[in-house]
Amino acid sequence: MRSAGGFTLLLVLVGVSVLLSARFGAVSLDTAEVFAVLTGGGSETSRFIVWELRLPRAILGVLVGGGLALAGAVFQALLRNPLAEPYILGISGGAAAGAVLVLALGLASAMSWFLPAAAFAGALLAIALVFGVAISADRRLDVRVLLLSGVVVGAFFSACIALILALAQAEVVRSAVLWMMGSLAGATWRTVGVVAAYTIPSCLLLLTLARALNLMSIGEETASYLGTEVERVKRVAYGVASLVAAAGVAFAGVIGFVGLVIPHGVRLVMGSDHRTLLPLSFLAGGAFLTLADLLARVVLAPTEIPIGVITAFVGVPFFLLLLRRSLRA
Amino acid sequence: MTFETRELAVRYGAEGPWALEGISMAVPAGEIYAVLGPNGSGKSTLMKALLGTVPATRGEALVGGRSVALWPRRELARSVGAVSQSESTAFPLSVRKLVEMGRYPHLGPLSPMGPGDQRAVDDALRRCRVEELADRAVDTLSGGEFQRVRIARALAQEPCALVLDEPTASLDIRHEMGILQLLRESAREGVTVVLVTHHLNLAARFAHRALLLDGGRMAAQGPVQEVFRPEVLEPVYQWPLSVGVDPVTGAPTVTPLDEEG
Repeated sequence: MRSAGGFTLLLVLVGVSVLLSARFGAVSLDTAEVFAVLTGGGSETSRFIVWELRLPRAILGVLVGGGLALAGAVFQALLRNPLAEPYILGISGGAAAGAVLVLALGLASAMSWFLPAAAFAGALLAIALVFGVAISADRRLDVRVLLLSGVVVGAFFSACIALILALAQAEVVRSAVLWMMGSLAGATWRTVGVVAAYTIPSCLLLLTLARALNLMSIGEETASYLGTEVERVKRVAYGVASLVAAAGVAFAGVIGFVGLVIPHGVRLVMGSDHRTLLPLSFLAGGAFLTLADLLARVVLAPTEIPIGVITAFVGVPFFLLLLRRSLRA
Repeated sequence: MTFETRELAVRYGAEGPWALEGISMAVPAGEIYAVLGPNGSGKSTLMKALLGTVPATRGEALVGGRSVALWPRRELARSVGAVSQSESTAFPLSVRKLVEMGRYPHLGPLSPMGPGDQRAVDDALRRCRVEELADRAVDTLSGGEFQRVRIARALAQEPCALVLDEPTASLDIRHEMGILQLLRESAREGVTVVLVTHHLNLAARFAHRALLLDGGRMAAQGPVQEVFRPEVLEPVYQWPLSVGVDPVTGAPTVTPLDEEG
């Protein structure tokens, strides 16, 4: 079966990208050394590099990239809009405002968890605001209003960020800009644990909505005639997918593009049935972000390029190629 | 499966005009029931209220004797198939996948299609004469083909009632007659059919009963012979009409006359 083949292929790709991430970097280890470390041997330095630096980073990449891609696919179905992505409803704006505020107040270095906590709080605030506006008088969630209020709330947070940056010192501006372009550099096993605790159960829950999302993408009225509790599905899908995006953005900054393009890429190759689209988007997004992070570390080593630059540089041509191929077919 | 409304009234928003007011209708099981009326008379709103996608502001709508608001959607979708006036797919989808969605109410969120589900889909495709389109992308279909595919999806639900809003609006004679004969066949098998239509002559020929709406209120309800009288129809449609009898089918026929200067 085609989807089983795609699933296996992408699973292998995720494994390979994690191994490649462990193998390459500022210090290049040879393959034998990496396998020695993974099976419990290797030198102490190699063990530290692989276990404490590279593996948590690679796995955080899989979780964040996978979560963003899956959340993007959910938002596209929910809003019936191919331009939708996980940040479209103001989540990135809220998270960035929280992060920039903490950076500007000089609190980021005081406690390592301050920055992600502030970003996460900002994202939750944005989610709550957008939801509060979009829920109408008769307690129905109008997705068009959701989209509009998301964009407006995002714009408001952008203005907050601009104000804070205008008053901040040059160093703060630089670290804020770097944060907003995304990075997996802060990965530790603890952050991996926190992100996994949010991402994995949320993604499993979203997978159970696959059929409902198939129906939602042909329209709410018809979805309801085919047995969907439309209002419940909208709330759960919006809330849970937002939570996934918020967890990702809190620990890895704003990484654009993955949530928009990966679902489209998978859809072009495998079709739009969400029962295959959602899991394959997770795997493809995870592999893609891990490999993008590897490139970000290696290309100009020891300088790291912002990961968002890589996701766009690699993703755009790849996506255009897929799009052309599908148009020709 | 029966449909019934009691003093049903619907308004959109707290201040808006009433889209429906004082509708008390009853659709007996196994009959074809036509909902007629000019543009904006509330036909589609009535369909949505019957199916619970628009809440009743006053009164109630009952499906199978139970208030439609109390039906879990999945259970309702196993009993009632509905085809709304229009829909559009946000992403490319094959005809077969779209018709398979008719089986969703019978499946768990993760359980795969069984042989029985496959058979229901194949039957529905065949009965609506769209088997040869099964592998086409939905967005490449003509309006009439898409309409037949959507009806096939409703049949794949294996419902005991069908509610259709202008199902033959974009079909040519052959496919229009095909669909109406299919509905008649279904009714003979015991399926209740509610048919919202502009097409008076088809309603007269195929329906057992009709409800005539005028500005959200009931202008007439009853057996087709009673509703299809010029003195009932003319004031509603605001046009001179003559009602005759078709020499072949014996059904009432409505002919619009020239407006008298």
